[in-house]
Amino acid sequence: MSETPVASRPARRSWRDLDLRAVAPFVALAALILFGASLNPNFVSVDNLLNVLSRSAFIAIIAVGATFVISAGGLDLSVGSMSAFVAGTMILFINAAPVGGDVALIALAMTMALVTGALCGLANGLFVTLGRLEPFIVTLGTMGIFRALTVWLAEGGSIAVRSQEVRAAYRPVYFGELWGVPAPVIVILVVALLGAVILNRTAFGRHVIAVGSNEEVARYSGIPVGRVRTLTYVIQGVCVAIAVLVYVPRLGSATATTGLMWELQAITAVVIGGTALRGGVGRIWGTVCGALILELIGNIMVLSDLVSEYLIGAVQGAIIIVAMLVQRALSRGR
Amino acid sequence: MSAPAPVLEARGLSKSFGGIEVLRGIDLTLMPGEVHAVIGENGAGKSTLMKLLSGHLAPSGGEIRLDGARVAFAGPVAAEALGIVLVHQEILLAPDLTVAQNIYLGREIRRGPFVDDPTMNAGAAEAVAALGAALDPRIAVRRLSIAQRQLVQIARALLGTRRVVIFDEPTASLTPRETEALLGVIREIRAGGAAVLYISHRLPEVKAIADQVTVLRDGALVTTRAAAGLDPHAMAELMVGRDVSKLYPDRAPPETAAPVLEVEDFDVPGFVSGARFRLGRGEILGFAGLVGAGRTELMEGIAGLRPGRGRLRLRGAPVRFHDARESQRAGVVYLSEDRKGKGLLLGQDLTVNLTLAALARFTRAGLVDRGREAAALDRAIADFDIRARSRALDAGQLSGGNQQKLLLAKMMLLEPEVVIIDEPTRGIDIGTKEQIYRWIAALAASGKSVIVVSSEMPELIGICDRVLVMRGGRIVGELAGARMTETEIAVLATGASEKEAAMMAESA
Repeated sequence: MSETPVASRPARRSWRDLDLRAVAPFVALAALILFGASLNPNFVSVDNLLNVLSRSAFIAIIAVGATFVISAGGLDLSVGSMSAFVAGTMILFINAAPVGGDVALIALAMTMALVTGALCGLANGLFVTLGRLEPFIVTLGTMGIFRALTVWLAEGGSIAVRSQEVRAAYRPVYFGELWGVPAPVIVILVVALLGAVILNRTAFGRHVIAVGSNEEVARYSGIPVGRVRTLTYVIQGVCVAIAVLVYVPRLGSATATTGLMWELQAITAVVIGGTALRGGVGRIWGTVCGALILELIGNIMVLSDLVSEYLIGAVQGAIIIVAMLVQRALSRGR
Repeated sequence: MSAPAPVLEARGLSKSFGGIEVLRGIDLTLMPGEVHAVIGENGAGKSTLMKLLSGHLAPSGGEIRLDGARVAFAGPVAAEALGIVLVHQEILLAPDLTVAQNIYLGREIRRGPFVDDPTMNAGAAEAVAALGAALDPRIAVRRLSIAQRQLVQIARALLGTRRVVIFDEPTASLTPRETEALLGVIREIRAGGAAVLYISHRLPEVKAIADQVTVLRDGALVTTRAAAGLDPHAMAELMVGRDVSKLYPDRAPPETAAPVLEVEDFDVPGFVSGARFRLGRGEILGFAGLVGAGRTELMEGIAGLRPGRGRLRLRGAPVRFHDARESQRAGVVYLSEDRKGKGLLLGQDLTVNLTLAALARFTRAGLVDRGREAAALDRAIADFDIRARSRALDAGQLSGGNQQKLLLAKMMLLEPEVVIIDEPTRGIDIGTKEQIYRWIAALAASGKSVIVVSSEMPELIGICDRVLVMRGGRIVGELAGARMTETEIAVLATGASEKEAAMMAESA
């Protein structure tokens, strides 16, 4: 009986609600590219676009991890500091190891960086779940800790890869190409593809969304809520480490300012991409799109004299607010 | 009492929520200096009636008259301005503010631009003293006991001129002594010439305080009578008596039921102590009791959703569940009464909800097999008669009945042996109720064991083989066969017989 009033309105909602919100970031990206093209023809050159993509790699990769954390209803503010810390320890490891067998050394350093990232994430996750603390507080704390540890390890200066041979051997991971595609772009694609499969196709991914939607329902459904939450932070840590693997060959050093404000950019990318900050909705490709939008805005501002490039931060800040307003309008009271 | 004119009247008052009528054609006359009790089962419409009379809800039909003139309240504030106030069942106070700050919240006395604390503290102390209590108005509400908070709430409600005071189950969280003090307060309000509308489940209390008693059942008025001519037994009969023979499936209880689940000395700290029962194979066991009797907490304790202590045996083997995952794996599933908060992900689609608990059965090589999920949804829609205009709907867009069916389908994917269903038909229309009853009976007939927790007594009597009654965290009685009547359940659940005697002795 209670179904009769709704039956007259067929499935229009799913079309609007689902598709529009998922598509919105891509529409915004396309509009941005058209806008950029109208300002400066060089903007749409393949070189420029690939360059933008490459430079968005760090934020895009970190933001893929952040998509897991946020769609499970969590938050990680420590990713920027964690990047600096993982980069610093990785370079120290490279410097301390006996030189010789560069490829093996780099592979070992990479493994160590991944483990370090995973452990940092695990620490965040355990404080949140076992410690029953607010993710905001925990990661605010570890943000300070990771940053200070980096500065301390660098003795206030920078940690640089000393061996020129290792530098040379590691260089291609950022500057290399495969079939004309820059290495960072390949890394983005691989990480996003893996992330999308895990979030959308595995039972774990389903559990992440369930925990973010309603933790109580998840608990009553027999889902190990604590384990799921902790693992999202571990995934975040691993993504940070992957970003560092691409970052280190670019500059070859870690300093007190490495990864500064990356946490905010990552969160911005996730939210622009259509993931709900309150959890329960996660869109990996939207996130990658969000990271691209952020980088494109910077690029457009540099290529045109529309707005001073000193105002990039202001424009990015405005973008996140507008993106949220659009999401709100599209979701219509949900 | 017939000489004065009625202060508040309801004439043909009705209320519908989304096409479902929860209250229809209520006539009620409230005289000054009178305590008028409204009694009825859970869901009978008592709280809705109170909210209509106090301006918290607007009626869908009928009218409210104050001093003979028709009124329409814009909201609770407007009703309060006219001297009608509702004392809520829940404590609605700011815990960090002081007693005086709470009493004057939103109507602070000012001196110039500043609040006048000395005057308010004095006023609050006076208001509390008028209720026969002594509280320092400057201490934070957080530091008060529940009963003291209730007093503060009542003091807040009574501040200013009051013509009608409505109490919604004010004694639900009070001890007998505190209850007696509150009844004294109510007598004083009555003596002051105000009218009191009093809702309660506790029939002896109603007997002790009320002048008139109105009985509601299924949203309609059954009768209004002088309390003098009613005893708690008669009230319980009026509350529950109805013919429901067609609603429930025919059922032959299993002859020799081998115990599947045995519970001994089971405690859920703060809620349940010393629970002990056995559930047989193919049996439907009912749990009756008032809200707050500890039924849900006991079931959640058994299913590992809440910390519990005691002995559990499943098919003779001792078991202990730390979370729902463990109990579900062992074949015990619990379906929460709180479908929206604990049962379903309202913002996710039907498929995600259906397979959530049993997702391991739908994965192949680590990936969720969407084809099998879709097939499972087809089966669930057919088996449970889930009516959705589209498969892409979110669970939150289903009606209550279809949500319940989806929750049943979800939990049955776990292929459980013991199914605990809490309030299986709350907020569900009568047609779906019948389907759910038939489905529960079929489940038991197929050899599964079922526990039904319900506040609807006819439902328990209609489908259960035995009924256990809980009161105050304990199992106080077992009813089966001819003794399984609504009156017997109500007497056990409210403790009517004992307290009745106590109250009688006191007033004599």
